[in-house]
Amino acid sequence: MEGWDPTTKSTLTQIPLLTTRAGPRDGAAWTQRLKEEYKALIAYTSMNKSKDNDWFRISAANPEGTRWTGKCWYIHNLLKYEFDLQFDIPVTYPATAPELELPQLDGKTHKMYRGGKICLTVHFKPLWAKNCPRFGIAHALCLGLAPWLAAEIPILVDSGMIKHKDDTASSSEDQNQ
Amino acid sequence: MRSRIENLSNLATSVPIHRSKVKDMSAEVVDSNPYSRLMALQRMGIVENYERIRKFSVAIVGIGGVGSVAAEMLTRCGIGRLLLYDYDKVELANMNRLFFRPEQVGMTKTEAAVQTLSDINPDVVFENYTLNITTVQGFETFMSSLKNKSFDPNKEGSGVDLVLSCVDNYEARMVVNQACNELNQTWMESGVSENAVSGHIQLLVPGETACFACAPPLVVASGVDERTLKREGVCAASLPTTMGVVAGLLVQNTLKYLLNFGQVTPYLGYNALKDFFPTMEMKPNPQCSNSACLERQREYMLTKPARDAAAREKMEAEALSATECPIHAENEWNISVVDDSEVSGSDVGSSGVLPEGLTRELPTADVYTDLPASDETSTFDDLEELRKQLEALSS
Repeated sequence: MEGWDPTTKSTLTQIPLLTTRAGPRDGAAWTQRLKEEYKALIAYTSMNKSKDNDWFRISAANPEGTRWTGKCWYIHNLLKYEFDLQFDIPVTYPATAPELELPQLDGKTHKMYRGGKICLTVHFKPLWAKNCPRFGIAHALCLGLAPWLAAEIPILVDSGMIKHKDDTASSSEDQNQ
Repeated sequence: MRSRIENLSNLATSVPIHRSKVKDMSAEVVDSNPYSRLMALQRMGIVENYERIRKFSVAIVGIGGVGSVAAEMLTRCGIGRLLLYDYDKVELANMNRLFFRPEQVGMTKTEAAVQTLSDINPDVVFENYTLNITTVQGFETFMSSLKNKSFDPNKEGSGVDLVLSCVDNYEARMVVNQACNELNQTWMESGVSENAVSGHIQLLVPGETACFACAPPLVVASGVDERTLKREGVCAASLPTTMGVVAGLLVQNTLKYLLNFGQVTPYLGYNALKDFFPTMEMKPNPQCSNSACLERQREYMLTKPARDAAAREKMEAEALSATECPIHAENEWNISVVDDSEVSGSDVGSSGVLPEGLTRELPTADVYTDLPASDETSTFDDLEELRKQLEALSS
């Protein structure tokens, strides 16, 4: 964990750890794991809200809890940039981490794999491997997605690759005039 | 000039030649026989029965720089059936590698591959699956396609003889590992490093050799300072040369395994910068986190007495056929040969020291003593209740 900022570290220690090593094909054990995932997500979301640092919404898109969809956002220069967030729970979960996708950014940055999967190889995958099965979805968001957004969004905005939604609206109005 | 124009217009109007299917592989040396050079392997004493290759089914997962070339090699060798899996499409960025052509951009890799390969050899039966094997649904289709025995109903075990993993990420390798452990299916893994100057192939026999989850995956150190490799960004480098070499090593090992000649390598690394080819064996990890792997390990241990007896019988048979007289009539220094089959020097336990030039890609999981089951959460332990709670936070 060396190299991580103290805030992320202290946040991380407050997200409940998971204990059940089970994936989506493990029946009752997966239900148990899913409960732990929810508890960790609830704790993390409430913590973010209490610190006025709310930055994502996520919910299961199917009853089995194998596909998740939601939103995440990042504030840069006092403007809020919001993106769709989605991922599947892989069959080998939790041995392998979920591959977090921001489909709207697909093709806009090279720090991304096909389909908008963000690159987690260097900063996150070794941590996940080391902490299996104690890390879950909440940890992946905290240690995988949050630092990725913090590193990439300012660059994407400053280079003009992404525009704020008000910005694009006004520029299209300009064209209409 | 006129003849040149005629020649060119002839070329333009000529239709591509499609060869018809061949019923039996012939060893006859004529220009029109696509298998004469392969059947010659028998005459040269390398392969006992080459035509057996038409009975084999091979599944290739990942039709990229390595998988597509491996598929072409097996097609040209006249393999019986190829199952191809990939979810990606052909892009112009793939053109620095072999096999795919610019006019195939936009097609799925599996369709483009079948298009080219069935032209090259119509005798091969192709099955293409455009899906992501890491999702729950994709995995089910993957498993059932491997189990399907319609090609050879009498085959023992699963419906395929070998699975080749030619994927470019850890997640997909773990999925192939999961499927093969559950099906007790022998498979081979291949990989090329992100900096394009090293690669490896590995044989995985469930229960007998280390599975992919037994230990963090190995990579061949490239001879460059590792820290300099962790560049920002994910645009991996690739070379048609390294990928071609690895595909060649992979299919060579496949042919040796299927047609039963030479030594099948358990692990072969390739370091392009130093022309270094490390090799090693890995035993399964008795504490492997994959339960299917542990089950295969138990089964393998149970068959040990039978295996030992068979090995002894074979040794005795060989000894009998060998010349009866001692090789050396005198043994002044009392030199004797010690059996070293049990303690192989190059063997590396799953957690043991690695030979020079090999490193691990990921750390091992820290060992945690399992926390006592948390009872304090019993107040809300209903899944639906938890889901609603998160929903409430999100509103």
